[in-house]
Amino acid sequence: MKLTIERTALLKSLGHVQSVVERRNTLAILSNVLLTAGPEGLSLNATDMDLEIVETAPAEVVGEGATTAPAHTLYDIVRKLPDGAQVELSFEPEDGQLTLRSGRSRFALAALPAGEFPAMSSGAYGHTFSLAAGELRSLIDRTRFAISTEETRYYLNGIFLHAADNGGVAVLRAVATDGHRLARVEMPLPEGAAGMPSVIVPRKAVAELRKLIDEADDDITVSLSESRIRFAFGSATLTSKLIDGTFPDYERVIPTDNDKLLEADCKLLHQAVDRVSAISSEKSRAIKVSLEKGSLTLSASSPEAGSAVEEIEAGYEGPPLEIGFNSRYLLDILQQVDGDAARFAIADNASPTVVQDVADQTAVYVLMPMRV
Amino acid sequence: MEPSTRRWFPGSNRAASGFTLAAMPSLCRDCLHHDATPFPDACPRCGGRRLVAHDELETLSIAHVDCDSFYASVEKRDRPELADKPLIVGHAGGRGVATTACYIARRYGARSAMPMYKCLELCPHAVVLPPDMPKYRRVAEEIRAIFAAVTDCVEPVSVDEAYLDMAPEHRRGDAGAAVLLADVALRVEQEIGLTVSVGLGPNKFLAKLASDMNKPRGFTVIGQAEARSVLAPLPVERIHGVGRALAGRLTAQGWTTIGHLQALGEMELTLRHGKLGRRLYHYARGLDERRVTPVRPAKSVSKETTFRRDLHRLADLEAELAGLTDSLAGALARKEVAGLTVVLKLKTSGFRTLTRNRRLPEATRRAEVILAAARLLLARELADSPGDSYRLIGVGLADLCPAEQADPPDLFAPGGEGRP
Repeated sequence: MKLTIERTALLKSLGHVQSVVERRNTLAILSNVLLTAGPEGLSLNATDMDLEIVETAPAEVVGEGATTAPAHTLYDIVRKLPDGAQVELSFEPEDGQLTLRSGRSRFALAALPAGEFPAMSSGAYGHTFSLAAGELRSLIDRTRFAISTEETRYYLNGIFLHAADNGGVAVLRAVATDGHRLARVEMPLPEGAAGMPSVIVPRKAVAELRKLIDEADDDITVSLSESRIRFAFGSATLTSKLIDGTFPDYERVIPTDNDKLLEADCKLLHQAVDRVSAISSEKSRAIKVSLEKGSLTLSASSPEAGSAVEEIEAGYEGPPLEIGFNSRYLLDILQQVDGDAARFAIADNASPTVVQDVADQTAVYVLMPMRV
Repeated sequence: MEPSTRRWFPGSNRAASGFTLAAMPSLCRDCLHHDATPFPDACPRCGGRRLVAHDELETLSIAHVDCDSFYASVEKRDRPELADKPLIVGHAGGRGVATTACYIARRYGARSAMPMYKCLELCPHAVVLPPDMPKYRRVAEEIRAIFAAVTDCVEPVSVDEAYLDMAPEHRRGDAGAAVLLADVALRVEQEIGLTVSVGLGPNKFLAKLASDMNKPRGFTVIGQAEARSVLAPLPVERIHGVGRALAGRLTAQGWTTIGHLQALGEMELTLRHGKLGRRLYHYARGLDERRVTPVRPAKSVSKETTFRRDLHRLADLEAELAGLTDSLAGALARKEVAGLTVVLKLKTSGFRTLTRNRRLPEATRRAEVILAAARLLLARELADSPGDSYRLIGVGLADLCPAEQADPPDLFAPGGEGRP
């Protein structure tokens, strides 16, 4: 195997695949990236056995072939090469080393045989549809903050992606929750997605996917089977196992008849919550919202830090009400609202509150109150 | 510098009486009679011989009060038939350690914290009783009530010992610190039926050292003036915070006694041992700035158990974990606290202790949440080091917070039920 590649192109592709590789691996081969030189250029492949990214970069291939080398080391080296450099990669099976040459630098890296590299079985994908990069980005960005990190509730450790029916309109929905807040975002169901299986995309796949989307302009092809999801970009493909679990029946925890409505300027409210929460206890982060006709008062207190109060104008016509929230969760949600105003639909201080962007009904956020 | 002469323990009944001629305040521990001048061999009022005399008796204000072989003494109090028998409190038959050995058992060499089997080797006819923690906690509360009657500044260290700040702004009544402390000791004997040892000094370190010097039923005073000479012959382990590891490092440098440390400069100790070195420098001179802090909130709550036989199967270890988690949840409920970090502790058959932590997204006090996190840590540890077997497992909760801040309402509460 022998090829020459521009440092910029190699760095970009390595950057995409290397973050899949775990820092600590019991299997040495999983620390490596599979490098395959072929007619298309250089293909890079990294996996943690649950998630795989394959990316092809343009390269001048002199001799075809394949090998594997430590992903983080390789990335580190390429990162430190000067901008605009040309990189030569070569591998001779007999010396078992990948040689990297650039300018006056020469590196010899311990290689492991390409044949040992675990391939994720491709299997058959029953459903395939296309999404604009912007659409997928919006589904992810407005839900991922609510993904649970509690490993014991593994079925909440991802985004639940499925086809649904909203008042007769077929939609593609992304839902994430950690039990304290929930985000449900939808878009018109893309062609070909009807009848797709409902799947839970793991958090790590979501994070890597999000990085790839940033550089994608074209449509993204999504392929689904019962156990896998694949996102195909121009030159990169991300394949992930799905979380094998049942996502809870989220619809029943989204209240539909909360009658106390509050409208507030989203930016002002965000800033005020941010300020007042500086006082709230590090462990509970509780903040109290007191509502009266036309106004909203935020307050927080902690035995160590003291207390804080801030009042802002708000559209509220209901009876006086006090309700507590985790300030961080409230901020997370307010951050998702792009429009000027957020609408809160509240039942009482113990039941879930619904938050929406007044100007955009495609996203619904649910927030569980706290005892304050 | 090798301290050549061993001194008597100062502050004890006969302390210092050998060389001080001037007025030395004295106190009779039996009738609380006291005077600014020394008593002869016996108390002029009651004839008692349990006397305390010390130059600084009227000015020292930090006390350490320690119950003598607390658990064993409580059991003997409640079972007079055991009064003259060696008694060990701990779990018989197991591989645990003796919680407390009574003073009779100690004559045979048995010690608190010594492995049970060893205690019984040394003292095979000892009576062994399992610990009755709820009872000991009740008795400890009664004793603390007596402490609270003499000062408003009590810092419990454990169930059977406490620091008392007897400075004038804290102590109650007109009597001096030493008189009040002697009164505390008498009241504990008369009202509770247990004996305590009292240490009085200028700070916590010396007070604790003093209470330890003449057990049981002691009353020992160490003043700032003689602190250096008292400390000099003692092994470095007697310094607060010097454990086996640090003692080993110090000994390797030839520093076995506190006297050796006294010969070293603050700079040298700090350079070699960092912040700890600074502390060593000050402690070696009997200086200690720590204050007596009345409420010392627990930093963590934990439960652990030593197995009869080493365990290595996940299922067996998990079963132990489940029982411990339940009792941990009970302790959390009693203390009305919750916590954010679950701590798993394991001791391998090779006596290697390891702890693994997991920070939860929300503080909890619920057994099932703690258990789930602990099981995850356990499974991971067993997968990482296959083939290891363990003699001890423990589970705890750290980063404590008030109970009401824990377990916020959940949309999908246990059983997948959301609120309507």
